[in-house]
Amino acid sequence: MIDVIVIGGGPAGLSAANTCARNGLQVLVLDEFMKPGGRLLGQLHEEPDGEWWNGIKEASVLASNADNLGVDVKLGVSVHNLQSDKGNWIVFTNKGKFRSTNLLLATGAAETPLPLPGWTLPGVMSIGAAQVMTNVHRVKVGEKGVIVGMNILSFAIMRELRLAGIQVDQVLLPPRNELSTESSNPLKIIDDLSEAAHLAPGFIMKWGAKLMRVKALRKIGLSFYPSNGFKIWDVPIQLKQAVVEILGDKKVEGVKVVKLNTKGDPIPGAEKIVEADFVCIAGGLYPLVELAAISGCPFHYIPELGGHIPLHNERMETPVDGLYVSGNITGIESAKIAMAQGVVAGLSISQKVTKRIKLEEMTKAIEHVHDVRAKSIIQFHPDIQKGRKKIEKLWNHYYQEKKQTKIPSIENSI
Amino acid sequence: MNKRIINHPILDTLADNKEVSFSFNGKNHNAVEGDTIASALLANGICTLRYHEESGNPRGVYCNIGHCFECRVKVGNSDIVRACLTPVEEGMKIETLTQYPTPLKGGS
Repeated sequence: MIDVIVIGGGPAGLSAANTCARNGLQVLVLDEFMKPGGRLLGQLHEEPDGEWWNGIKEASVLASNADNLGVDVKLGVSVHNLQSDKGNWIVFTNKGKFRSTNLLLATGAAETPLPLPGWTLPGVMSIGAAQVMTNVHRVKVGEKGVIVGMNILSFAIMRELRLAGIQVDQVLLPPRNELSTESSNPLKIIDDLSEAAHLAPGFIMKWGAKLMRVKALRKIGLSFYPSNGFKIWDVPIQLKQAVVEILGDKKVEGVKVVKLNTKGDPIPGAEKIVEADFVCIAGGLYPLVELAAISGCPFHYIPELGGHIPLHNERMETPVDGLYVSGNITGIESAKIAMAQGVVAGLSISQKVTKRIKLEEMTKAIEHVHDVRAKSIIQFHPDIQKGRKKIEKLWNHYYQEKKQTKIPSIENSI
Repeated sequence: MNKRIINHPILDTLADNKEVSFSFNGKNHNAVEGDTIASALLANGICTLRYHEESGNPRGVYCNIGHCFECRVKVGNSDIVRACLTPVEEGMKIETLTQYPTPLKGGS
């Protein structure tokens, strides 16, 4: 019998799998993609010390460790259902059923769509799609395009596209509608990015100063924000211009842009067309949690962590017996944190199976997650720490309540 | 194949992978081993992968990691796959999915 099935072969899943294998467990990793590494594969950014974080190399280290440790990594496998059966998990996939005693969900995140007219035209894609095409498959998504949506991810990938010789003409806001409330509000964006600049001076050193200047401007409104934007890595960032429609007959040919006043409302008549042969939509990330929902794990909505989060503790345990989580499914953070969480999950699962993990080792691994978070150069949400505290509180509350009300165990209720 | 990013300032120079030939809607194209159907087509300048079942509007890759199912194509005689997750193989016959007939619509 397999001790643990890990769903998702990204930074969290592979780190957990390797930790489990080091402790003698039989481990099976399932991943939909053809290469191991998950979203690590696309990542490429400069660290404060000038070193490059090359996700492809990081992924290949994790994958070759897995190989050496005897982890069974099955690629091209899509999981569509889970069932718990007499203390075992049954995992249903396009390649048949797999059984294990423990299950780790390391499914990562998905991109939030920002629907706008014309967004189904070929040549329109999520910003993450462009990242994978550029860095993993090494195919240009176009010659000259625009990015709709402003967040840490869109700026990071904008730079990656430029490194690969792809011209990003400008970064613009999405249109204001029911689905884009936060991502179309210039003041909210300045707020988020200024906070990020404060928390992450290294990553955004090159444009942080400009953002801080903008932060000062924020106090007297957007009145003085240059109508042609300011530049980050030579690309104009248009906080006072929004894309209202993507144009094209059979594929993307351009975008219709409106100018916005300081309140973020469109100025009537101030429309223009920007030519583009690709458009990237950057709506941010949310945890990919469907499998946790199937498993019966309780959920909480925690905006600081990016959405609905399966209840879990710092040991990456959930209230469901034999179910563990790690990585972006627990909240949107960087790959380094996912790796650190993966080790913790791996130790928890190993402890359950072998009872031989020392408390000291577990404490150290949890402290490592905190350290990595404190030093993190990419903060997807300025209040990530607050979000982490919320889920910790909810976990404690869940168990206190359980004790007080004495929810009957299955044995007692029969 | 001019859409390939061969040289890169940070990443390794693109490895000289083995060529793979495949067909799309009956026309022959080349790709390299390690390509997905989606990247193989894009490298050949093709970004329209299917036509919407009802409207007939062209569709392409949206998320590129298997979440959105926008990039469905037909492989061989019957298999419908996600182009972004399916490795291209030598001799693969790929076709677009096309608009369904709607004989009961519009009274015709």
